[in-house]
Amino acid sequence: MRYALLIYDDIEVRDRTPAEERRRITAAVLEVLERPPVTGWLRLQDIESATTVRREQRGPLLTDGPFVDSKDFLGGFIVVEAENLDGALAVAEELQELRPWGAIEVRPVREEPSIGA
Amino acid sequence: MLEQVFRDEWGRILASLVGFLGDIELAEDAAQEAFATAAERWPRDGLPANPAGWLIRAARNRAVDRIRRERTLAAKTEQLGRELRDQPEEEAMDETSTFPDERLELIFTCCHPALALEVQVGLTLRALGGLSTEEIARAFLVPFETMSKRLTRAKHKIRDAGIPFAVPPDHLLPERLDAVLAVVYLIFNEGWGDGRVDLSAEAIRLGRSVVELMPDEAEAHALLALMLINHARTAARFRGSELVLLDDQDRSLWDRRQIAEGRELLERALALRGTGPYLIQAAIADLHLSEPRDWEEIALLYERLEHITRSPVVTMNRAIAIAELEGPEAGLALLDRLELADYRYYHSTRADLLRRLGRAEDARTAYTRALELTHPGPEHRFLERRLADLS
Repeated sequence: MRYALLIYDDIEVRDRTPAEERRRITAAVLEVLERPPVTGWLRLQDIESATTVRREQRGPLLTDGPFVDSKDFLGGFIVVEAENLDGALAVAEELQELRPWGAIEVRPVREEPSIGA
Repeated sequence: MLEQVFRDEWGRILASLVGFLGDIELAEDAAQEAFATAAERWPRDGLPANPAGWLIRAARNRAVDRIRRERTLAAKTEQLGRELRDQPEEEAMDETSTFPDERLELIFTCCHPALALEVQVGLTLRALGGLSTEEIARAFLVPFETMSKRLTRAKHKIRDAGIPFAVPPDHLLPERLDAVLAVVYLIFNEGWGDGRVDLSAEAIRLGRSVVELMPDEAEAHALLALMLINHARTAARFRGSELVLLDDQDRSLWDRRQIAEGRELLERALALRGTGPYLIQAAIADLHLSEPRDWEEIALLYERLEHITRSPVVTMNRAIAIAELEGPEAGLALLDRLELADYRYYHSTRADLLRRLGRAEDARTAYTRALELTHPGPEHRFLERRLADLS
């Protein structure tokens, strides 16, 4: 099965972490991402760069900033191929061990659009 | 006859079907249909030689038929249909064939930490214990609809998120077994639901299964020992509907057989070199049965338990033992260091020590706080009597 690991960051804690420490964490995370269960990943730019599109009656409405306004934000995606949930959780736990902030949400990937859904 | 088979074999039958079909919901439907068929045929044709085998076979055949019929409905079912197509049309109803016991796999699925604790509890009672959704809802005082939705959602999550149907690998086993034992003990402590569903007895049944399935796990033995030793005193704990404290209990009402079995299990857990929290609790429960009680040993064991669990509730229990050894003042000093303001037994324990020290006014305040935190019932009435006795 494929799983998406949604990497949530906590801005406040992250910004308090010294740059040197952050570089060290990034390097350790990248090492995990090199390994086989990980089949793909994306890192996102900070939320200051986000634009949100909504549909209003008069047409699209653009807002400057993320959809959910919170100190927690989605920092990236990782796709993992695992036999079952335990395999995906193991990768998430290993990554979260390296990061002193945020959380990782593990979501199974919907593989085929099922009829009527 | 069928009811007895249901009580004894539901978990094994369901587990075998989950292993075969890969989906708890499908397995449950198939098992229920098989029991319905049996209710029709067995009175007429007689009890088969291997009732569980008969039921599993019948349920499998029905499920395969149904999957073939509904093959086009969903992609996932279609895939399963493809896998099943290669199998023989109708498996013979061979009464002697046996199926591997897959209850352990099912227990670990139901108690997977990716499910909320209350969901683990409900699912375990349904899947392994064979309790109906209605019985579980009543036992936990939630509306039927709520429990039904909770269980359905859980079964879907197990399927969609790929929660494994397997005994965890060695590196995960200790932590996962802890989760299983915690669920069983939680069910035990829920006790007597509404008088119809005896959750304590249900937990003991589950505990027996875990011991049977994992005969080398000390903590599984210890948990069963703990439950049996405590359950043995059930009949003596109430006089009419009034709570009776241990020292005032009629010991002839204790269930000697359960105590003996509990002690045997405790010995076995020790022989397996157990040192875990259930072993210590079972040893303490056993010490509480002796007269006079060995408070020194009890205090020592609570201290060991404190090191493992770091739980203030354990410290509170040690304070009770300390109060017996060194006097209420010493117990109270230990209690006052704890942060358990919302725990009813903290206040009732404090109240009792204050009462024994003759500090009636402080005791009154503590009893009142304990009463506020206690549901109406025997414990509530007990505290009211204590409060009334103060004046």
